[in-house]
Amino acid sequence: MSAVIEAAGLEKRFGETQALAGAGFSAEKGTVLALLGPNGAGKTTAVRVLSTLLKPDGGAARICGYDVVHEAVQVRQLIALTGQYASVDDELTGSENLVMIGRLLGLGRAQAKDKARELLARFGLTDAAKRATKTYSGGMRRRLDLAASLVGDPQVIFLDEPTTGLDPRARNQVWDTVRGLTANGVTVLLTTQYLEEADELADHIAVIDRGRVVASGTASELKATTGKQTIEVRPADRFRAPEVAELVTRLTGETPEVRTETGLVTATAVDPAVLSELVQQLGQRGIVAAELALRLPSLDEVFLALTGHSADDQNVNEDENHESSEELADAGRTA
Amino acid sequence: MTTLDITSPAARPAVPGPEPKKRVSGRQMVANALTLAWRNIAQLKHSPEKLLDVTLMPIVFLLLFLYVFGGAVAGSTHSYLQVLLPGLVAQMTMFATMGLGTALNEDIHKGVFDRFRSLPIGRSSPLIGAVLGDTARFLTVIVVLTGFGSALGFRFHTNVLAVLAAFGLAYVFYLAVCWISVLIGMIAPSPETVQGIAFIFIMPLVFGSSILVPNTKTFPGWLQAWVKVNPITHLADAVRGLTVGGPTSTHVLYTLAWAAGIVLVTFPIAVRMYSRRV
Ligand SMILES: Nc1ncnc2c1ncn2[C@@H]1O[C@H](COP(=O)(O)OP(=O)(O)OP(=O)(O)O)[C@@H](O)[C@H]1O
Ligand SMILES: [Mg+2]
Repeated sequence: MSAVIEAAGLEKRFGETQALAGAGFSAEKGTVLALLGPNGAGKTTAVRVLSTLLKPDGGAARICGYDVVHEAVQVRQLIALTGQYASVDDELTGSENLVMIGRLLGLGRAQAKDKARELLARFGLTDAAKRATKTYSGGMRRRLDLAASLVGDPQVIFLDEPTTGLDPRARNQVWDTVRGLTANGVTVLLTTQYLEEADELADHIAVIDRGRVVASGTASELKATTGKQTIEVRPADRFRAPEVAELVTRLTGETPEVRTETGLVTATAVDPAVLSELVQQLGQRGIVAAELALRLPSLDEVFLALTGHSADDQNVNEDENHESSEELADAGRTA
Repeated sequence: MTTLDITSPAARPAVPGPEPKKRVSGRQMVANALTLAWRNIAQLKHSPEKLLDVTLMPIVFLLLFLYVFGGAVAGSTHSYLQVLLPGLVAQMTMFATMGLGTALNEDIHKGVFDRFRSLPIGRSSPLIGAVLGDTARFLTVIVVLTGFGSALGFRFHTNVLAVLAAFGLAYVFYLAVCWISVLIGMIAPSPETVQGIAFIFIMPLVFGSSILVPNTKTFPGWLQAWVKVNPITHLADAVRGLTVGGPTSTHVLYTLAWAAGIVLVTFPIAVRMYSRRV
């Protein structure tokens, strides 16, 4: 049995910009595939190709075995898209938006209304159902957007940066929804700039940079390739920071960075077992830690490790004018 | 670079539910277009101020033309009103289409149109829906024009059927011209430029016609030639014939032929441009 989402050698050029340069990935039924990459990596372009909005210049992609270019009509019956920029009509109410989608998908008037009511309740939007979407907060709009993708019971859902700009509570809600979907056999492709999100949700991660997949695997596989986690500890008594630093040096073999103002001690750690060891040692010495964490490598660190350049580097190569006009267009879309 | 091998249908992963259909049926496309027309109407319900331009425009133009040209063209404002109002029906029909291109040009940059494109609906449905939804603007123009015109002393001299036929004809032509507006909306780089391009098309049509001056004998030869082929002349004369009396049949046929011609040319290009626009 072949994968539900398959893409190989995808290429797409916009004028001077090579947005996709041979990206390929796949996802099995009922799993979450995360496309992880910095601004301009080509995530949105990949999603637009897979959701039949954009024809690739090269390569091929299939959804449930249907070609996204030649069998787009079939593909559209299987997918739902929640775009990076709110893909709901902000001049309609939340309820009207969902009813409209239902009607477009062939539901009867009553059926569409029932479905809308059910989804609004599920996403905690019942009270706002009769309000124009433009009065919604960012989180509410995202939720409605996600609800709109569920009207048609799709097999595959594309979520382009579903949690960017959301507060932690709203973000957790989105995560829970995604988990619920996969439990029901839905396949989810999401894009994100946060390793943490990919780590939390994805069965499989494809790290994308300059239109190419530079690494892929499970979260732990990826972390193993970079190996860098950061240990952070801040003693309640900041004057004991040097003592803590000494301890950290002994455990990790690295010279930690010490912030004298706050007493925060930071060092990279390869072995996660360091953390429990550190907790013990601190306890023995009677040092109370106000803050203690093993932080995953940041996207920037993963990038540096995988590509040898930092995530922001690439904008340097790009046409300045193009970047700014793209930003303006983005601002227009979100306005 | 790896390429996907051709997957035979047997290799497709099992998908619950019915097998996806190969094409969107005609019935579905009509239903989709009506739903999207409903979207426009629902938007108007929330912000009726969108109809402000088509409410005020007929009033302003009626007053302006009536008192500027009335005395000179027809001797009195009352008799001029009888020829001016049907002419304005034609003119306002043209002007009322202009908002559509601008609105669509704004719309296609928004995420909601991305969602439409990803849904299993007809490619042209969002455009057809927008055109049908714009009927509200046409109706506003007609109601304001006849209401305000009657208050100023305009009277229908024919029967109800003829008057309905006049408005029906104007509506058919309105729908056709809407597609010009849609096309401009698809071509123009930004919403601001739509209006400018539309004006270049609409102005010679509207003013190089018999709308303001029914007796075009005083026009220079080249202008007379243009006025004779201009569909707006025929629409205005047909509406005059059907509302206050006079020859109609050739004007009606001429108008319908133009409407068909306009749609045949602009519709396929507009849909094509829409599918291409990213
Ligand atoms: N319609 C377009 N016209 C011109 N250039 C485009 C267009 N769409 C995308 N690009 C360019 O292609 C590149 C990839 O863009 P894309 O939107 O896919 O990135 P992304 O990974 O989604 O970034 P972000 O995290 O900012 O959303 C960028 O350099 C972008 O400027
Ligand atoms: Mg993006």
